[in-house]
Amino acid sequence: MNIHEYQSKAILKSYGVNVPEGYPAFSVEEAVENAKKLGTPVVVVKAQIHAGGRGKAGGVKIAHSPEEAGVFAKELLGKTLVTKQTGPAGKVVNRLLIEAGSNIKKEYYLSFVLDRKTARVVMMGSEEGGMEIEKVAAEMPEKILKETIDPAIGLAAFQATRMAYGLHLPKEAVRKATKLMSCLYQAFVGKDCSLAEINPLVLTEEGDVIALDAKLNFDDSALFRHPDIEELRDVTEEDPKELAAAKEGLNYVNLGGDVACMVNGAGLAMATVDIIKYYGGEPANFLDVGGDSTPEKIAAAFRIMLDGGQAKGIFVNIFGGINKCDLVAEGIVEAAKIISPDGKSLPVPVVVRLEGTNVERGREILKNTPIENVIMAPTMEGGAETIVKLVKEAEQA
Amino acid sequence: MGILVNKDTKVIVQGITGKAATFHTKQMLEYGTKIVAGVTPGKAGQTVEGVPVFNTVRDAVEATGANASVIYVPARFAADSILEAVDAELDVVVCITEHIPVQDMVKVRRYMEGKKTRLIGPNCPGILTADEAKLGIIPGYIHRKGHVGVISRSGTLTYEATFQLTAAGIGQTTAIGIGGDPIKGTDFIDALALFKDDPDTLAVLMIGEIGGTAEEDAAKWIAENMPDKPVAAFISGRQAPPGKRMGHAGAIISGGKGTAADKIKALNAVGIEVADTVAHIGETVVKTLKKAGIYEQCHTC
Repeated sequence: MNIHEYQSKAILKSYGVNVPEGYPAFSVEEAVENAKKLGTPVVVVKAQIHAGGRGKAGGVKIAHSPEEAGVFAKELLGKTLVTKQTGPAGKVVNRLLIEAGSNIKKEYYLSFVLDRKTARVVMMGSEEGGMEIEKVAAEMPEKILKETIDPAIGLAAFQATRMAYGLHLPKEAVRKATKLMSCLYQAFVGKDCSLAEINPLVLTEEGDVIALDAKLNFDDSALFRHPDIEELRDVTEEDPKELAAAKEGLNYVNLGGDVACMVNGAGLAMATVDIIKYYGGEPANFLDVGGDSTPEKIAAAFRIMLDGGQAKGIFVNIFGGINKCDLVAEGIVEAAKIISPDGKSLPVPVVVRLEGTNVERGREILKNTPIENVIMAPTMEGGAETIVKLVKEAEQA
Repeated sequence: MGILVNKDTKVIVQGITGKAATFHTKQMLEYGTKIVAGVTPGKAGQTVEGVPVFNTVRDAVEATGANASVIYVPARFAADSILEAVDAELDVVVCITEHIPVQDMVKVRRYMEGKKTRLIGPNCPGILTADEAKLGIIPGYIHRKGHVGVISRSGTLTYEATFQLTAAGIGQTTAIGIGGDPIKGTDFIDALALFKDDPDTLAVLMIGEIGGTAEEDAAKWIAENMPDKPVAAFISGRQAPPGKRMGHAGAIISGGKGTAADKIKALNAVGIEVADTVAHIGETVVKTLKKAGIYEQCHTC
């Protein structure tokens, strides 16, 4: 789960991380008011969207008076920001962060991430602040310093000190930097983050060390112990279909195309998206319904795929392992009845490939169903080819 | 032979009184697995499918001499169940549970350092040695005894691939689902090293997916360490957009790393053929076996 920069900074502040003073604003008036409250000669107006690259896309403005902050707020609120990370559609700015300006002397990079290989949390630092870390990693990997953290000890003081000296921070800033690292690690562990990234971390002309930007991502599996984080979810940042699916307990990702699929198991679901594309279709979604879905859940999945006319055809790809194909088939028929206006038709062709336990009985059920538009596929390949062909025909008609 | 589990493995089911665990205990027993005990705190003295239940893993081990366990415990308690099994010095622990917080797994892995236990999973379908034993939820009937080892990050793809192998007459030694989480007990290289030392396993099928670099690391390891056992592969997630989690916690392309294209390239670079679609996994294995001249030997069913 992602949250906004201003929310991340509030969390970090509660852990003792030095962040610039700032307040969120949802309107121009609020922006002006917050700028006045800050009372600093320079205030920064920052668009709050769940994507990086805001600066380059014009989402960060420097204002020299509360009035100017208001002008920028008016410009940014409601604007669609297209950054490197938003995709071509961009994201609408609904919130701003009004923040005190800092006198930046030098920019650094600091983050905590999970390392799969060592099964440890790793602290990464670089003097190439402000740059994308992926770019630094690709072009000058020697400029990234790493400290692997033993979870039994936590971030050891010597590791933070080694990082601070490795980053060539001036002597008087070292202790401020190590304190920030230590607090950031506490926040990472305390809130079950999957990423805590400060880019840039800045050294100011006054000798302070400040988290000028902050990005926290959270482990979805640990949200049960952080209801306070769950409350920060901004639903306007998420795909409405993905939100609806999550509410139904479905694993769904919108891929934007028109050939939908419904599959049991995440691996097979990914592979089904791939095979649709292999046969020339544009995958509409990734969808793992799990093995033991009820007709109601399958009906909800159908509704989500069909919503807004997105799916022009649906490929159901099921491998019945422990779950029995006949029960899955019954589920599909019942679901079709639920969503069908007259109890016997579906708005788009549904190609079903069943394999595994009780497959013959499952196929029999689908063959005898009164629901039109349900087509049995003898093989997975055949099913993928058929659905792509049917969707193309529908487009031409 | 096969790896890690066989007909003599004595298995504890942790969380045995839960609905799914009870169902799968029956399935495992039917497959011939020696399930000797179950553990659910507070339920000692009961039996499930004829299996005696104990309050703790230690009690179960002392009473039955169990040397392995399979965990069906809800996510918020599952990490503790793994710790308990490791503390009891079991040889093999399989954790089926999905959605264990990642930082709980960081602690588990730290606790396991220097200990003898091999953990498989979490978020995995388990492990099955054909005609001997299965720990987990893999459907037994799709397997036939043979000479191909299967390693997979995905449950249903393990079944799909095994089904295709069996249909093509290619039997298996052991199928091991290593799980879809980013931090897990056993990764591709660990499983490959076990198959390398198993005389019955003549070839290996690897099923990977987007996220991390375990497949790339495995490709390098195979080239350096296992020149005489051919490997075929499949990678899912070619169409996955970056930054999106595709069902599994570990299936995410982040920071430009972990794409299917990178993995396929790394595998191809060391001569490993990667199936172009999920429907061609069986065919790709057959082709690999023929190329290595061991098809006849591996055509066991």
